Amino acid sequence: MLKVSASPHITGNMTTQKIMLLVIIALLPSLLTGIIMFGLKALILSVVCIVGCVAMEAVCRIIMKRQQTAADLSAALTGTLLAMNLPPDLPVWQALIGCFVAIVIVKQLFGGLGQNFANPAIVARIVLMLSFTSNMTTWSATRFMSESDAVTGATPLISGNASYIDLLIGNTKGCIGEVCAIGLIIGGIFLIVAKIISPAAPLAFIGSVAALEFIVGNDPIYHILSGGLLLGAFFMATDYVTTPITAKGKLIFGLGCGIITFVIREYGGYPEGVSFSILLMNIVTPYIDSFTAPKIIGAVKTEKEAKK
Amino acid sequence: MLKLSCIHIPHNKNTEKCSITDIPLPDKVKIPMSMHMGAPCNPLVKVGDEVAVGQKIGDSDEFFSVPIHSGVSGKVIALSDYKLANGNVCKAVEIECDGVQTKAADITPPIITDKASFIKAVRESGLVGLGGAGFPTHIKLNPKSDVDCLVVNGAECEPFITADDRIMIEYANDVVEGLSYVAKYLDISKIIIGIENNKPEAIKILTEKTASDKRFEIKALPSAYPQGGEKVLIYNCTGRIIKEGQLPADEGVIVMNVSTAAQLNTYIRTGMPLVSRILTVDGDIIKKKANLRVPIGTPVSHVLKYCECETDKLNKLIMGGPMMGATAYDIEQPVTKTNNAVLAMNKVKSDKESPCIRCGRCLRACPFNLMPTEIEKAFRCRDIEKLKSLKVMLCMNCGCCTYVCPSKRKLAETNQLAKMIIPRN
Repeated sequence: MLKVSASPHITGNMTTQKIMLLVIIALLPSLLTGIIMFGLKALILSVVCIVGCVAMEAVCRIIMKRQQTAADLSAALTGTLLAMNLPPDLPVWQALIGCFVAIVIVKQLFGGLGQNFANPAIVARIVLMLSFTSNMTTWSATRFMSESDAVTGATPLISGNASYIDLLIGNTKGCIGEVCAIGLIIGGIFLIVAKIISPAAPLAFIGSVAALEFIVGNDPIYHILSGGLLLGAFFMATDYVTTPITAKGKLIFGLGCGIITFVIREYGGYPEGVSFSILLMNIVTPYIDSFTAPKIIGAVKTEKEAKK
Repeated sequence: MLKLSCIHIPHNKNTEKCSITDIPLPDKVKIPMSMHMGAPCNPLVKVGDEVAVGQKIGDSDEFFSVPIHSGVSGKVIALSDYKLANGNVCKAVEIECDGVQTKAADITPPIITDKASFIKAVRESGLVGLGGAGFPTHIKLNPKSDVDCLVVNGAECEPFITADDRIMIEYANDVVEGLSYVAKYLDISKIIIGIENNKPEAIKILTEKTASDKRFEIKALPSAYPQGGEKVLIYNCTGRIIKEGQLPADEGVIVMNVSTAAQLNTYIRTGMPLVSRILTVDGDIIKKKANLRVPIGTPVSHVLKYCECETDKLNKLIMGGPMMGATAYDIEQPVTKTNNAVLAMNKVKSDKESPCIRCGRCLRACPFNLMPTEIEKAFRCRDIEKLKSLKVMLCMNCGCCTYVCPSKRKLAETNQLAKMIIPRN
């Protein structure tokens, strides 16, 4: 029997699963540093998040009688990102609630992979932040900090007294995956070089935060290295599903995130604005897409379009 | 200048060193009366008739049609029904070869004095665009608007195929002279031959052959698919953009394939119409990969046997290149005027479709900046207005979007389906 099909008869080697795997690999330098810094509790939390997300995805697909998608690694990626957005001391059951929000509510109830309008890990972080505020803002010290620092306290974004070196290598208080700036930068560059993400959104995001902080007289480098900016810019403002698909749209998305982050950091009631800024921009993504559609080569305006 | 998007795919030009050779005659041929654009021909022969090489066996009174000639001598054994790839049925003339290859008595070089006699000769040669689309050449060469530039397609951007490459190398004189005739009778002052830079030998030979003629320009183009797409080639050679609903001639351009030009000159030189064509035979189960001159109507099974194909392992038979070729449903299918390759494949990837993750690779791959993923969504809702505003009619089915899609969605195929539901005015 000959196989008959429409052209083309060859396809490229990139698959959804491979993309997800590459992003997870890019997250590892930062995640592993975080686990080294915060020890066993961070490792347990990470494993719980990843296993929780994948398991919930699998169960959801079974209940909904849909094709099983747990193996496409998108749930594993969400779990990894969620773990990196959590403080190391968060109770495990609260992390599982985060997994539930991310996978069941934000992703599967909207139709699964490709259908969610907001980044699952971001929404989960925000829900946990609003529900368990004290747990979500309790920061423990890293293993390399001196005894005087080894009490829970503010993140460097608030205290403003960490050295660049500590911020770069991750010897600061913060979420598991946010502390190691150098790891995040390596991961981000890896994804850009591998052509998995476009540099437009991260550069616009980081650039606009730095520029605005500089204008109001703050240290822009400190603001880039501390808080969740690098994690958000490289790994969540570049999520395919929830950010604009066009090149121009990605720039606008990054700029919008940067401006909102700056406003929240400087004038808002919350210490950190990266999650909120990405969520807000996720919501306007369809509009950004519709007015940044690329110019089609050879297109002639129809009568209807000409009237407009 | 704006750069059109393209994709980089493995070239697999395994046969680039294989000279063109004649295939031994098959026992019989089956010549369909519809092989390309235009009205189907009516058979001019009856069962039992003796036919000679070059004898006209099919023609039509319709303006948009091209006559068909026999490539073998022998006896007509049947006028059968033949099912085309698009599902329509046409007549096919089956001829049993006598192996003598007697030439028809009326094969003499045509007498060409002016444009009208040139166009008439082109029609009588049975020539259509040999690059694959099969547009009747006599209509293409008689445009309603003024044409100042002849763009010649020697890009051959499809993987595997090297037939045009070999024609440029082995029949460079025919290519150049054929083009000179076109330029002479259509009063064209500029001839640009676009060739991908992975064919250095063809570029060198044609540059040498045309060095003394100021009208010619040989343009080495980057080897990037779909460089040989008509509109892409026109843009990359001349900078002109062919808009929706336009023909290249509306922008003053005519595009011709190198093999069409060579065949045109063969006819003007000898009077032998288009009765055979040159095709590349390749694929992972072909032992003797080759470039062959094959009489039109030859069953593909004969070609495969000659090239020592392990037919029992055959899973997919592609008539043409892997990006735009059509699959054959039967190895007895005949070679037609527009076949430029036969690819016999054992290894066929079975890609499983998964949901679109909006990665945007299809947008970035599309040479015309279409948005295949949006077209797919609009098609699923049968939203004709949206499809029109997404300009799906501009899609040339190059297949770049499907090729790059990590979710393995059949975007190019969907574009073609979407075109079908838009009412034509």
